[in-house]
Amino acid sequence: MDITLNNRPESFDYEKLTISEILKLKNYSFKMMVVRINGRLIKKPEYNLADVVDGDDVQILHLISGG
Amino acid sequence: MNFSQIKEKLKDKTVGVAGCGGLGSNCAVALARVGVGKLIIADFDVIDEGNLNRQYFFHHQIGEKKSLCLQQNIHLINPATRVKAHDLMLDSNNIYELFKDCDVIVEAFDKAEMKQMIIEAVLDKLPQTPLVIGLGVAGWGDNNSIGCRQLDHLYICGDEKREVTDQLPPLAPRVGIVANMQANTVLEILLKD
Repeated sequence: MDITLNNRPESFDYEKLTISEILKLKNYSFKMMVVRINGRLIKKPEYNLADVVDGDDVQILHLISGG
Repeated sequence: MNFSQIKEKLKDKTVGVAGCGGLGSNCAVALARVGVGKLIIADFDVIDEGNLNRQYFFHHQIGEKKSLCLQQNIHLINPATRVKAHDLMLDSNNIYELFKDCDVIVEAFDKAEMKQMIIEAVLDKLPQTPLVIGLGVAGWGDNNSIGCRQLDHLYICGDEKREVTDQLPPLAPRVGIVANMQANTVLEILLKD
């Protein structure tokens, strides 16, 4: 499938993936983040459930401390 | 637009500022200086001596409530800006009540989990309200790593990389740049129509 991940085109050799699987494949080890699929907010308990499929726009915003 | 026209436009606007620390105190002061009519500010904390390396407070205010002192400091700068100060800990339930009438909300927390909480709460309950967050403010130098980008109604200011640590503390210049970048983004949103 071809998706957009954080505004960049990205290809995976899978028909669909969950957010947890994408995080693993990308080696993202963020502790705190905000995830959206096509603008829809995906909360942490749904990372294992929410499917990403061809054409989806995925935003994974890594949150860090400081202010 | 001249400054009188800008002030005329801003006087009916309301901006929420979630957190009155390094980002919130400096951002709120900038917004008050240019004439935003109403600020709704919130913080549960008291001023510590260590905060004075970046936060818009004074030495004699150490030990006092941040939200109430920021209200006083803004009043000394521009008494025309009305400030509603809330001395409380923000959470996913009270954010809607406090900020539902705001034209823009500024995220100004220090902890990543609080940033996550407010982004999710605003996307959930106030999806049409622009939210301007500060992300990546630690350390010094490297001006060109600091930027701003937009994801729908979410605006992200900062370098998105440098997390605060013992060896990379938050300091006035860089925190102030991001806080003022947030205020500048708020102005851009408020003045565009």
